[in-house]
Amino acid sequence: MTLSPGVIFANLLLNLSLLTLLIFVAFAMLRSRHLFAVVMLSGVYSLLSACFLVALDAVDVAFTEAAVGAGISTVLMLAGMLLTARREKPVTPKRAPVALAVVAVVGALLIYATIDMPAFGDASSPANSTIGKEYVERTPKEIAVPNIVTAVLASYRGFDTLGETMVIFTAGVAVILLLGVGSARGGRDVKDAPETRGEDKTKKGGA
Amino acid sequence: MEHLILRVITKMFFAPIVLFALYVQFHGDYGAGGGFQAGVIFAVAFILHALCFGLDATRKALPQGVLIVCMVIGVLFYAGTGVATMLLGGNLLSYDTLAPQSTHHAGQHWGIFLVELGVGIAVASTMLTIFYQFAGREPDIDDEDW
Repeated sequence: MTLSPGVIFANLLLNLSLLTLLIFVAFAMLRSRHLFAVVMLSGVYSLLSACFLVALDAVDVAFTEAAVGAGISTVLMLAGMLLTARREKPVTPKRAPVALAVVAVVGALLIYATIDMPAFGDASSPANSTIGKEYVERTPKEIAVPNIVTAVLASYRGFDTLGETMVIFTAGVAVILLLGVGSARGGRDVKDAPETRGEDKTKKGGA
Repeated sequence: MEHLILRVITKMFFAPIVLFALYVQFHGDYGAGGGFQAGVIFAVAFILHALCFGLDATRKALPQGVLIVCMVIGVLFYAGTGVATMLLGGNLLSYDTLAPQSTHHAGQHWGIFLVELGVGIAVASTMLTIFYQFAGREPDIDDEDW
């Protein structure tokens, strides 16, 4: 399938503007000391990422990014922020040149690594020619589900998804254990023992 | 009554958000999305409710105790589907054993449906639990914080 030059140019323009906006939002988050603004900007960042993923035709990933990144995690960060200060303390960078050098070197290495990567949408890339092709060919015969992503996620890699569900469950249990008070039946009031030194000593002796 | 507009809008949007979550949940075979996204959208509806009407009102509508039970039910739904396929003579999560006579892979459809339902229930209740626990430790957001 060949695309007309106009479509290619429009795609390029869209991708460039989305990526530029991402960079601007990232810098705005770095500069801002107001945590509420930072949380909101991180939501904006996620939403922009979701738009970019739609442009890359990864609709399922974009959907997840929009729901989790822009939705839930923004709200959770907001709730977390309410437990702390509203403003970040100003920091005086002491080893800024070292940090800058490390970032520059790692960034250069990452860009150098992208040279080896196959072009976007390359049909002969390993991802598209081996396992991806296999899934595309076998899903209509073996699973008969129109959405191949769902077939891979829930059937071919059902065991992985079971593990992911367990991870989420574990996260919930951990939050309940760390932050929650009381039991599933509403809980009983947990009170500190009265501070009487005499009793304290006898307790220690008894233990 | 403060934030009248926000409250009215939330009331208007609550049901469509839940409906959309159910659509994403049960339409994952055919379009984008699945249990995970549906669970998050479902939780978002209740979080929106909590942001506008206060956490206590939401806790009354959907108590924490129910959520804990739902978390366990969701995971057990998933694992139970796997165990069921084993009991029917297949491997863990080999859904074809659910409907061995089918010529159009009805077993796969059933398996994916059940598993995604488990994921959706587990994700929705876990997300809401995390939100409850975080938001429940501090009074509601002040007007000056917005």
